[in-house]
Amino acid sequence: MKKTRIVLSFPPSNVEEPITYHLIKDYDLVVNILRASIDPGKQGRMVVELRGEESQMALAFNYLEKLGVTMEPLSQEIQHLEQRCTGCTACVPVCPTGALDVDRKSWKVSYDPEKCVVCLSCLDVCIYKAVEVNVA
Amino acid sequence: MLRTIAEINDKIRSGSVVVVTAEEIIDIVREKGIQKAAREVDVVTTGTFSPMCSSGAFFNIKQPKEKMKLGGGWITLNGVPAYAGLAAADIYIGATAIPDMDPRNHNGRPGKFRYGGAHVIEDLVSGKKVVLSAGAYGTDCYPRKSREQKVGLEDMNEAVLFNPRNCYQNYNVAVNLSEKPIYTYMGLLKPRLGNANYCSAGQLSPLLNDPFYRTIGVGTRIFLSGALGYVAWNGTQHNPDVPRSENGTPRKGAGTLSLIGNLREMDPRWIKAVSFTGYGVSLSLAVGVPIPIIDEEMMAFVSVSDDQLFAPIVDYSRFYPTGEGEALLGEVTYAQLKSGCIEVKGKQVPTGCFSSYSKAREVAGQLKSLIQSGDFLLSQPVAPLPGTREGLQ
Repeated sequence: MKKTRIVLSFPPSNVEEPITYHLIKDYDLVVNILRASIDPGKQGRMVVELRGEESQMALAFNYLEKLGVTMEPLSQEIQHLEQRCTGCTACVPVCPTGALDVDRKSWKVSYDPEKCVVCLSCLDVCIYKAVEVNVA
Repeated sequence: MLRTIAEINDKIRSGSVVVVTAEEIIDIVREKGIQKAAREVDVVTTGTFSPMCSSGAFFNIKQPKEKMKLGGGWITLNGVPAYAGLAAADIYIGATAIPDMDPRNHNGRPGKFRYGGAHVIEDLVSGKKVVLSAGAYGTDCYPRKSREQKVGLEDMNEAVLFNPRNCYQNYNVAVNLSEKPIYTYMGLLKPRLGNANYCSAGQLSPLLNDPFYRTIGVGTRIFLSGALGYVAWNGTQHNPDVPRSENGTPRKGAGTLSLIGNLREMDPRWIKAVSFTGYGVSLSLAVGVPIPIIDEEMMAFVSVSDDQLFAPIVDYSRFYPTGEGEALLGEVTYAQLKSGCIEVKGKQVPTGCFSSYSKAREVAGQLKSLIQSGDFLLSQPVAPLPGTREGLQ
């Protein structure tokens, strides 16, 4: 079983192609859409987490390539700077996945990169600049 | 009267003083009752660490050989304008000041406000130098007309933190009823009640533990960002005349404190510049206020807990900015706010806070240690703060 996070960019001509359906149905992949910006007639962009057999994933990548979809590894990641974090909790209600969470006994804010979908919502909310986006 | 402040100070000097935090006292009173707890405990410490825009610092800058009169001229520190309308070398930099070049909320895009007066203050306290640029018209006694050099705290004769307002006694819970996100001093508020932001240490907050200002007054010695500081006056907008609970605590913003302290003695980890997207720059400070248990009534006041403290829910998309629409969307306790979710208009709304409870706890704990070790004596206020029917009308 392999897991990868990638950014798919597809040309306007293929925006209406049911890519997610084919990835699931034809290649038996678990597709978790982290972010998507798709408008008919315009270029689309989708950040997905894929899980499945390595061989199936390779075939799925071939399928995407043929469609003209470009694939890049997800190069952004959120970093939680504990030194700057005061545990104020302003980020907690805006984090959609609970990656930034607070222990309600110690009142310390923690960050779980496994849960983070790099939606960047926390960047505008942290007043102490205790979250940064890094290009890996 | 159980004990005077002078008697408490004698116990501090002899090492026999009993001090607990405003959080610890809650369980002590639940277990022992007010009478017994009041007999046993001399001082209860409070604490808060939170942004307060009404912050700033006075500096007196050492004169160069050829002297210069800043008064009536202009000055910037790292490009951030400071107020120079004082004497030759005195300036005041406000936490929210930003460089002229800052794009602000240009074209309706929420600004980032990456650097401002608060950052200058944080940089100086951290031992960094900042670029001073100044211009003056020149006089016979102060001939110099311009100055540009790097300066640090060592280049100042005095560096004094002065907050016209801090320690708000309770505050609004901010929500957004509109259809679009709004950027406020209470943070980003998501549309259709997407989140609710509050800003108080609740049961640890100084003025919620002395609701009628019986012990906190002008001249009260406090812990201010790692240094000894003082209550200089009531804070601006001090307004004790608001609805109160039976326990005496106000159910909305009420009293405030004006604070002063020596910036040079402060600890950089307790002075943090902050940037509110779309709103501006502010400064977070650590404030710890000791409450002397002079009688049983004070013990009753300091034993208040989050489930007995109420805050008003206010719509920042309409009522706060325009005064129109529904004034009060409800009231919630700090216990409900701290649970992470409150109910507003039938909807479950996740909560976030700008006042750090973990830091407030640390501040109250640090003040407790200072008193226990004899490094912090309590002061008798020299004048009371305006009480009910004496504040802002």
